[in-house]
Amino acid sequence: MPGANYRRPRDDIHPPLDFPGYRGTSLRHPRQPLVIVPQTISELTGPVYGHASVTDGDRDLTNRGRGEPIGERIIVEGRVIDEDGRPVRDSLVELWQANAAGRYAHRVDRHDAPLDPNFTGAGRAMTDAEGNYRFLTIKPGAYPWLNHSNAWRPAHIHFSLWGPSFLTRLVTQMYFPGDPLLALDPIYNSVPDPRGRERLIANFDLSLTEPERALGYRFDIVLRGRHATPMEARHG
Amino acid sequence: MAELTPFQTVGPFFAICLGESGCARVATEHAIGRRITIDGTVSDGAGAAIPDALVEIWQANAAGRYAHPDDHQAKPLDPNFTGYGRAPTDDEGRFSIETIMPGRVPGPGDSLQAPHLVLGILARGILTRLVTRVYFDGEPSNADDAILALVPADRRATLLARRAGDDAYELDLVLQGHNETVFFDV
Repeated sequence: MPGANYRRPRDDIHPPLDFPGYRGTSLRHPRQPLVIVPQTISELTGPVYGHASVTDGDRDLTNRGRGEPIGERIIVEGRVIDEDGRPVRDSLVELWQANAAGRYAHRVDRHDAPLDPNFTGAGRAMTDAEGNYRFLTIKPGAYPWLNHSNAWRPAHIHFSLWGPSFLTRLVTQMYFPGDPLLALDPIYNSVPDPRGRERLIANFDLSLTEPERALGYRFDIVLRGRHATPMEARHG
Repeated sequence: MAELTPFQTVGPFFAICLGESGCARVATEHAIGRRITIDGTVSDGAGAAIPDALVEIWQANAAGRYAHPDDHQAKPLDPNFTGYGRAPTDDEGRFSIETIMPGRVPGPGDSLQAPHLVLGILARGILTRLVTRVYFDGEPSNADDAILALVPADRRATLLARRAGDDAYELDLVLQGHNETVFFDV
């Protein structure tokens, strides 16, 4: 067998599937209880990919057009670890986001804000041996959505990670410190634990900031970790 | 212990990064095994198609081995098969997976699992990820599968891809309501 089982997350870590404040969940959450099943080799393994195709240029979102995209240049850097503090190395990090005006380069986005021909809003990077990743991008704008009257999403960057197994999969959103829209956003507030919500907010970091060039933000990411031993897993 | 980063919904715009195609080609032309196609739909509690879901699958190769460093089984790896694919649904909520029939892999205790894919669904309106499995209708080993045995008998059919031809299967992923797909807490 491929090693020890993964711990199950506490109930207050992840958002619930049914969250009335976010209208989109109403017809998209199962009404039947989830069936609890053991972890088998099918879940303890997972896709290993990206290594061959990701290039250094993929983590610079400002180099996609003939000119530079409009907006505030930022560096987003962080470390991906598991719950035991072990680095998640050589692992694919994908991100996507709106442009500085709050518009996605996607056919479904009808927000009346300009597209930027020099900004696609998508990037990829592999973590290094210590689990570190780094992107250069543009600070995304806030944008309206139809969830409720005068609803606005706080500025955010979407992150997608697999980690080492099917069970370490994480899709999340990174927010910016001090954003007044956070208190009003049902997606952000769907995370039950206030400390969990805070972990979704990047920290401004002067040491990552490049003089005359770009502000730096740190966003560390923690994926599911394993029980210490297979024995503990059997009894846990 | 470090605290987990919480999930947030994938939202409606993931395709700018995670791909626009409605088809996941898991098996390239040189992959070993019986080639199969799974044509699927994703629908919501009102029976409406979900046009903005991302379906992700992971499976063993034809010999029953995963292309992963933690699978130490003495079975052959297939250099032309990774076992991973993802497909966004199209405007009618459809997706398609071109792959090979997975072999059997070890299950709990000394059991062998029936051929299956593990499958995750991400979408706007799903704040985390829905996880399920795909088994194959008519496969005799389904009767001995330890995971299927944990599913109430009257709901097991929601996990079976239906035969639609010699090597073609169909699958309806229903997020809520009548014939709701069984989702797992793993």
